[in-house]
Formats: sequence, structure tokens, C-alpha cells
Amino acid sequence: MNCLECDANLELGSDLEEGEIVVCPDCGVEWEIMSLDPLSIELAPEVEEDWGE
Amino acid sequence: MKLGLLCSRVRVEEKQILAALRERNVDFERIDPRSLALDLGDPTLAGYDAVLVRCLSHTRAYYLSRWLEDRGVAAVSCHQVIDTCGDKLLTSAALQAAGLPIPRTVVAFTPEAALDAMEEMGYPVVLKPLSGSWGRLLARINDRDAAEAILEHKATLGGYQHGIAYIQEYVDKPGRDIRTMVAGDSLIYAVYRQAGHWITNTARGGETVPCPVTAEIHDLSIGAARAVGVGVEGPGIVAVDLLETADGRLLVNEVNHTPEFHGAQQATETDIAGAIVGYLLSTSKEAS
Repeated sequence: MNCLECDANLELGSDLEEGEIVVCPDCGVEWEIMSLDPLSIELAPEVEEDWGE
Repeated sequence: MKLGLLCSRVRVEEKQILAALRERNVDFERIDPRSLALDLGDPTLAGYDAVLVRCLSHTRAYYLSRWLEDRGVAAVSCHQVIDTCGDKLLTSAALQAAGLPIPRTVVAFTPEAALDAMEEMGYPVVLKPLSGSWGRLLARINDRDAAEAILEHKATLGGYQHGIAYIQEYVDKPGRDIRTMVAGDSLIYAVYRQAGHWITNTARGGETVPCPVTAEIHDLSIGAARAVGVGVEGPGIVAVDLLETADGRLLVNEVNHTPEFHGAQQATETDIAGAIVGYLLSTSKEAS
């Protein structure tokens, strides 16, 4: 699958999980894996103040 | 037995936990908090024996752990642990009450009182937000000018919680801190987090290397976990941050309720995700 922002190949691995974040190797945009079959991605949510450990 | 994994974003840690659950043929479901609309009159999520809370959002973890416990489901970590660990002041207060060594800590509710406290403590001091993680919004304040500027900015630009100043003595640690993980009454691992910067969080680029577990590290870690409620209020998996002082003492700095461990996993042979799942299974058996 290609990046929806810059069209670079996202180089997705074979062990993807729904909810996983993949980073475009070219433009750095973060994508969230929304479904595996069919494969779909959406822009990952921005980090919020209460996120963390 | 049916387990739940409560998470939205799947980080390296969640991938490893998912793999560990599958390796053990555990009957589990993922629960994405973003998909939930909970009616207080309904028993939604009541069908689990235990749920591992791995929310990135403290707010979601806080409310959903309470929701689960109200329906008889063991939340790991339990709500009380999440409540305490989600607030640095409550955490420090719990550690202090348990008699554990901590950096000197002062809370002040106005910029004026905070400035007075900093002047009395002597610079540098560290100003932290009450909640927050990954080393964000920490400030090492070296003099009065910086103190006045930062306090004004926080009061003006931040939310209401930023008007509360949580001030700690600056501990001149040796370019590293110690991160341990405790599940229940067991220490899972200890690592050093090294960095050239005074903030040594892995999220800020700190490098992890193995740390031998001394009796002191063990006891402080277990004591800190108990102080925030692990094994007392309910189950819990927490990360404990220890600081080494120049004169050789160890201080308990923070306790985190949903620890990341991708850095630690590279520095230790312990199967961390496996240990987490093992603890979850033992908790579930106790609960069922």
C-alpha cells in the first residue's frame, strides 16, 4: 500500500495489527491500520496531553 | 476464562502482548475504547474475567477501569492504582506516606507561592505537570528569572491544572535513571536509562542497558508498587523510576500505570510481554 499523502510505498510487514501505526518512510506521516481485510488506513490521531505511560 | 485487552493504538508493546496471548491460546478480545458508548444501566464489558488496561489515554484508563470493576471485572491495573499513578502529586504523597525515599517535593497553588518555594529550595528545581508522561513539559529551572517566566506562561497558557506547581529538588543523577517493572508482588526487570540530557525517558531518546537487581532496587520497587495500591487495592502492573543521588542513595521518582517496555525489552532477556500475560492469567484465575 502507498502513502495517501506522498504516494511512497509504506513497506508494510506481514504481521500487521489493526490499530498499529505505520510511519511513511518518505514523508513521515503517521497512518493507523483501520482494517486488515480489506487493508485500509487513516491518518493517526494527534498525540493528546493525557497520553503516555 | 475470557480476557480483554483494552487499547486503541497498537504499539510495539501491544503487538508483543497480542503475540503472547496467542502463543498461550488465551481466549481474549481486543476492546477499542473509541468504539464504546457506555450506558450506565447496562452490563457492557461484564463478560470478561480480567481486562488488561493498555490505553494511551490516562482519562480513558481512569474511567474504564472503574467501569470494569463496577461490573465485577478485574482491571489490570486496578482503578485505584491508575487514579494514583495518573497524578504525580498523589503518587508522591503515597510514596511519602509509605516511608519511601523521594526527592523533596513541594506543591503550590499560585505562581507567587511557587516562586517563594523555589527560592527557599534553591535552584535548580524541577517543575512538572501533575499529569502527563514521556517527559513532556518538564522544566529544569536554574534561576529566578526562568522561574517567573515559566510560572507566568503556565498560568496563562495552560489548563487549570497547570496553575498548580509541582516542584521537586533537582537530583544530579549520573546521566541515567533506573526503570523497573513490577507485576503484583514480582519484579519483572530493571534497566538503566542513559542519556546525555537530564531527561532520561526512553520516549525522549534515553538508551536502555541492563541493570543488576540489588536488594535495594528490588525492595524499593516492590514498596513503591504497594504504596500506589498494587496488591493492596487490587491488581497492578507498574513501572517504577528510581534516581541515584551523588551520595549513593536511591530515590523513588515516579510510578507509571501503563508502562511501555520496548526499550527495556532490548536490554533484558526477560520475556516482558509473557510476564504481563502470565500475571493477567493469574489475576483472572483469582477473580473467577
